[in-house]
Amino acid sequence: MENKPGEGCETGGCHSAAVPIKVVALTPQTPSNWMEFAEGLWERNPVFVMVLGMCPTLAVTVSAINSISMGLATTFVLAASCWLISLMRHMIPKEVRIATYIVIIATFVTVVDYAIQAISLDLYEALGAYIQLIVANCLVLGRAEAHAARTAPMAATMNATGMGLGFTLGLFMIGGVREILGSGTFFDIHLFGSNFQPWVVMVLPPGGFFVMGGWLLLFAIIRKRKEKAALAATEMEVQHGA
Amino acid sequence: MKGTLVELRSSPHIKRERTVEEIMRTVVWSLVPICVFYVFQYGVSALASIVVVTGACLWSERWFVRLGGQAGDLNDWSATITGLLLALCLPPGFPLWMGVVAGWSSVALGKAIFGGIGHNIFNPALVGRAFAQAAFPTAIATYTPSFLPGRFTEFIPSSLALPLMTPADTTAWLHAKQLDALAGATPLAKWKFEGVLAPAGDLLTSLFSHLPVGPSPLLILICGGYLAVRHFLDWRVPTAVLGSAALSAWVLYLVDSHHYPDPVFVLLSGGLMLGAIYMATDMVTSPVTPRGMWIYGGLIGVLTVAIRYYGGLPEGVMYAILIGNAATPLIERVTQPETFGTAVKRGREKK
Repeated sequence: MENKPGEGCETGGCHSAAVPIKVVALTPQTPSNWMEFAEGLWERNPVFVMVLGMCPTLAVTVSAINSISMGLATTFVLAASCWLISLMRHMIPKEVRIATYIVIIATFVTVVDYAIQAISLDLYEALGAYIQLIVANCLVLGRAEAHAARTAPMAATMNATGMGLGFTLGLFMIGGVREILGSGTFFDIHLFGSNFQPWVVMVLPPGGFFVMGGWLLLFAIIRKRKEKAALAATEMEVQHGA
Repeated sequence: MKGTLVELRSSPHIKRERTVEEIMRTVVWSLVPICVFYVFQYGVSALASIVVVTGACLWSERWFVRLGGQAGDLNDWSATITGLLLALCLPPGFPLWMGVVAGWSSVALGKAIFGGIGHNIFNPALVGRAFAQAAFPTAIATYTPSFLPGRFTEFIPSSLALPLMTPADTTAWLHAKQLDALAGATPLAKWKFEGVLAPAGDLLTSLFSHLPVGPSPLLILICGGYLAVRHFLDWRVPTAVLGSAALSAWVLYLVDSHHYPDPVFVLLSGGLMLGAIYMATDMVTSPVTPRGMWIYGGLIGVLTVAIRYYGGLPEGVMYAILIGNAATPLIERVTQPETFGTAVKRGREKK
């Protein structure tokens, strides 16, 4: 909330039904590296809050292991390119910055691409073109442009790592559900025996949308309940105070 | 902090005293005869399916309203309608646990995710059915013949599958009743895959055959007619859907009567009657402008025939209505009536 301190209560006339306005200090305060790191994990989770990088989120989350490897690959690219971009942020001319970022990101994507190919060919084939497509993932470019280009290398790397792990968590939460319902397994361990009826839709692209929607619905419900509780608490305070 | 409240309301200021609850309750009552005959057709499995699916819808609705603080409650009957319609468009022997999944997803993905009653884009019952169709394509295509002996004492074996488990194969069960597996194919599937047309009389009620039809089109017409006469649904939508489906089927029938079925078969088979009268007319997801209703209905009818004839699946009503729902905001936008008194002004502006 970027309300000026004091605004709202003086001009708008605050009555008990209004949403409580948090007064945030306007003096810029550099967040600690730990805060930078934690930001992306949950509070601004790339998948569920910022809703960035939807292409791999919906496409490769057929199983838990695919989701985690995709997430970690993205985390590496994100952290490494944000670090380099942050290092070079005073050298890059503003006019060609996007092209420069893309070249840097593409370099690290190539590294990951070859690394995964060397580690596990099965995984490489399961993830398909989506490894190369990390270069076009708007999460990576978005963090580079919005954060790394304006922050010191350490903070930028911490933030990017947190974002990447948050992305991995989001992918895992979708991929886990899809694997359990779609194939009756979790990390390839059979959960329900041989007579399990697979939910075909879960391994198809629509399943990604459905599970994503289900999680968003759940989080929206939780958020709404919290807001309600906060509202009730302030109302109580107002009553008691008056 | 209390003061004088001035209530500001937008039009309409004069309205009929008819609440959402009343409309929904009447629709539920009109569905009762259809459900009773459906149970008479398929016996205890159909009854269990209706009860369980409706129960799942009501339970999910209650859960979302309680937890999410969304508007509406169970007393507005809308979740009951969703459940009844969903049960009527699933096979009678649909595994009950899948019915619960379908019921839950119809309320969660069809309604709650958009913000509760009145905010949904798609007909919730059809969202649930579409989810079930995509998740369990085999089970949803497994029909059993109607009017089987012993249907009131015995479940169709697939109904009672354990949660998350594959339902039992009904072929052996049908065999014991001296019926082959083909007896379970719906009229539409028989036409599509074998080229066999069912007679119209059998389609209407299936009283004198074991034809595995859904709820009786004749009863749906009667109950829907009652609703239309009492203005609980707009007659334009079903007329447009059925009319355009019949018209496009008739044109194709004239072109190649050997290849395409006659319009009567198209109208009476599958879920077209139920879809046209009870699902396409959903007040939230269909256009409010009269011209829009004609366009919307016409689109659904043509799409139904197109999907049935040229698609991979034998039935196309569900996707046709969902596409119609998706097109509704656009249709409403282009069919806005001119605001009173502005026509002349607009003409001048053009010059």
